[in-house]
Amino acid sequence: MKARVTVTLKSGVLDPQGKAIEGALRSLGLAGIASVRQGKIFDIDVDAGDREAVGRKLSEACEKLLANTIVEDYAVQYE
Amino acid sequence: MMKNPPRAAVILFPGSNREGDVARALRQANGVAPDIVWHEDSALPVGTDLVVLPGGFSYGDYLRCGAIAARARIMDAVRAHAASGGLVLGICNGFQILCEAGLLPGVLMRNSGRRFVCKMQHLRVENGATPFTRGYAPGQVVKVAIAHGEGNYTVDGAGLAALEASGRVAFRYCDVEGNVGGKANPNGSMNDIAGVYNEGFNVLGLMPHPENLIDPLVGGVDGRGLFAGLAAA
Repeated sequence: MKARVTVTLKSGVLDPQGKAIEGALRSLGLAGIASVRQGKIFDIDVDAGDREAVGRKLSEACEKLLANTIVEDYAVQYE
Repeated sequence: MMKNPPRAAVILFPGSNREGDVARALRQANGVAPDIVWHEDSALPVGTDLVVLPGGFSYGDYLRCGAIAARARIMDAVRAHAASGGLVLGICNGFQILCEAGLLPGVLMRNSGRRFVCKMQHLRVENGATPFTRGYAPGQVVKVAIAHGEGNYTVDGAGLAALEASGRVAFRYCDVEGNVGGKANPNGSMNDIAGVYNEGFNVLGLMPHPENLIDPLVGGVDGRGLFAGLAAA
């Protein structure tokens, strides 16, 4: 099963990269860009049984490595 | 009880780059060179007293600084060493690895100023009564080097309160006179924290590089106190 894991900084956590990108977009003259937060995407092919089992496996992967849950949230989408 | 001199092991990860510097500081203080231990090994040398995770860019800082190294095979042995009261020192990337490994609380985020900072920096010794700081006086101001892009120490409110209440802040960034705050904080770290201990005070992580200030040739010897203190442990 293919899944997409998205890891983003929790709201309130300073994101200097997002801020820099936001500034660069403004300097390009793109009107209406209010704010930018940068995250990470992992496209993962999982062979772990049914969707529930895959979900458990991906949660474990996020908790153990893909996200640092002190400062990051994660979400899983299935294709 | 420790033997004299302590037997030190420096862990080498792909992308570590300060292992030679810290080995030199340990040799100067202990009289013997440390063992260099490869990250894929599963055990520390028998009789290891002190484990050092050196600075650098392990795994090219992929995913998050220290994240991959924290899951390396040798880290199970480091975790067991720490759990049995053994000393563990993480410097710069080593501090990031200890946080990612769950051996220390918190996380090192991107510097608030968005820039990599590489300069001399003063620190205040907040607790002079640990095996790592007995070579210093409490409140002593020391000059060491910093070189990092992700040194912005961040921890949740309860974690921060616990660190402060239990005297587990090891060093704070300060100016030459020992004043904290404002421009003396190079990276936005909460409460100007430059280094923290675990609950047992046998694990220390710090962003600055005391191992680079052990020779008058490079501008000072304030880093010697840490290694001299460990040698006398």
